[in-house]
Order: sequence, then C-alpha cells, then structure tokens
Amino acid sequence: MNGYDEEQIARLLRLLPPAPEAWVQAAQELPEARAALDDLTARAERDAAFRLELEADLERALAAAGYEGSPSVVSRLRRLLEPVEGAEPG
Amino acid sequence: METAGLSDAQLVTRCRAGEPGAWNAFVERFSRYVYAICSRGFRLAPSDAEDVFQEVFARAYEKLGELRNDDAVLPWLGQLTRRLCIDRMRVLARDAPGAAEPDERAAEETLNAIDDAIAVRAALDAVGDPCSEILDRFFCRDESYRTIGDALDLPAGTIASRISRCLAKVRELMEGGGASARLEE
Repeated sequence: MNGYDEEQIARLLRLLPPAPEAWVQAAQELPEARAALDDLTARAERDAAFRLELEADLERALAAAGYEGSPSVVSRLRRLLEPVEGAEPG
Repeated sequence: METAGLSDAQLVTRCRAGEPGAWNAFVERFSRYVYAICSRGFRLAPSDAEDVFQEVFARAYEKLGELRNDDAVLPWLGQLTRRLCIDRMRVLARDAPGAAEPDERAAEETLNAIDDAIAVRAALDAVGDPCSEILDRFFCRDESYRTIGDALDLPAGTIASRISRCLAKVRELMEGGGASARLEE
C-alpha cells in the first residue's frame, strides 16, 4: 500500500462511504431479533393458535409478544419464519 | 464501552463474551467494508445489497464462535460477503432470464481496491481528528465545504486547503512518517 499519492488516497476513500444508518441499526439489533425469533419459533412449534396469529399478522403478533423491532428486523424475521408460515424456501 | 482502541481480535473476543456494546461496535467497525463489497464491488441494487448486508452480519453473529483466527475477522467477513453476493446474483439471474451471471473476476479490481481502501481508512484513523473527520466528511460522506465548515465550526474557505494538507498527512503516515503525520492540524 505504500507509494499512493493524494489522488489515489482520495479515490480509495470514496470507496468506503458509511452504510445506511438504518441498515447498521438493524444489524445491531440482530442479537435481540435472534432471541425473539428463537422464542417465537419455539412457541409457534408447540402452539398452533399462535402460529396462526403469526401467519395472519406478524407485526401484531410480535407486538403482542412484547417485541418491537425496526421494519428491517421485522422484515428479516418474516423471511426467517417463512418455513413456519408454510412458504416454499428459496 | 470504549472500543475504538481495541484490535479486531480483541473486539471479537468481547463479542463472544457478550459484553454490552461489543456487537454494536463490531457492526459499526465493519459495516463500511461489507457495504462497499455489496454496493461498489458487486453493484447490487439497494434492496439486494441490504438483504446481503443483514445476512452477512446474521451469519457473523452465529458463526463468530467458530472463527479460528480472531485477527482474520476482516478477510473472513470479506469472503462471506463475496459468497453471499454471488449467491444473490445467481438467484437474480435464475429468476430473470437474460440477466448476467455473476462474474467475480469482473468485480475483482474494485474488490481489491476496497481492500486497499481499508488500509487507507486505518491510516485515516491513525492520523486522528480533525483530519480524519474532515476527510471522511468530504470523500466518504460527500459533504460540501459549507456543510463541513458549519459542522466543525471552521471557515468554509479553509476547507479545501485543510483537505489537501490532511491528504498529505495520510500519505506521509502510510509511507512511514507516522510521527509527524500525527501532529495536530
């Protein structure tokens, strides 16, 4: 990496803009989301009524379970719950 | 928790131990790298880039305990991101007949430049403020002289010359003249 002039340094710096704040925040919430997901999937496996609630309205079921995540985390939970919701993978 | 002075390996150790704030710092530290690979390296559309970005950190969170060499977390994340980008492009190509198949070699030049940019970024951090912040705002965040001047309480007319001097300091630091480059602006 030695031997770069100022113009090259400037060009390289431009390659690393910050990621969108919402993306970073959602990734930072992953441990919490993961815990919620584990809890939700375990409940859905043993409680058919709760599984139906998830299928019908994920956001409301999450709120009722005491979890409020950012939209992107909820979106990720929805995708991860797809097998529970009966969707075909991939 | 103060994490700025931690090495990558130390940060990984703290994440594994579940220390408060460690995971947030981990995401913060590596988010630009992962984002750059998705958006600049493979030029994924924003929605696809976001999915890959989240998947990278989800897998990193799950697999951090299996990392053999904590010092190698950056290349590990880089490989993981590349693989997930290619997977995403394959799905896109499958679902949209006629779409280009993923070609990692075509992205290779940019991906190599992103790795070089990480070294520049490290030099930027070493130079410290105000140079680090001025250069970050101008080159990485694409802010105007006026915006930078307002934010840092500096005359906008001096920003261009400060940028020039700060770039010289980063170059000097990268060439091994670290001591003088660390001097305050």
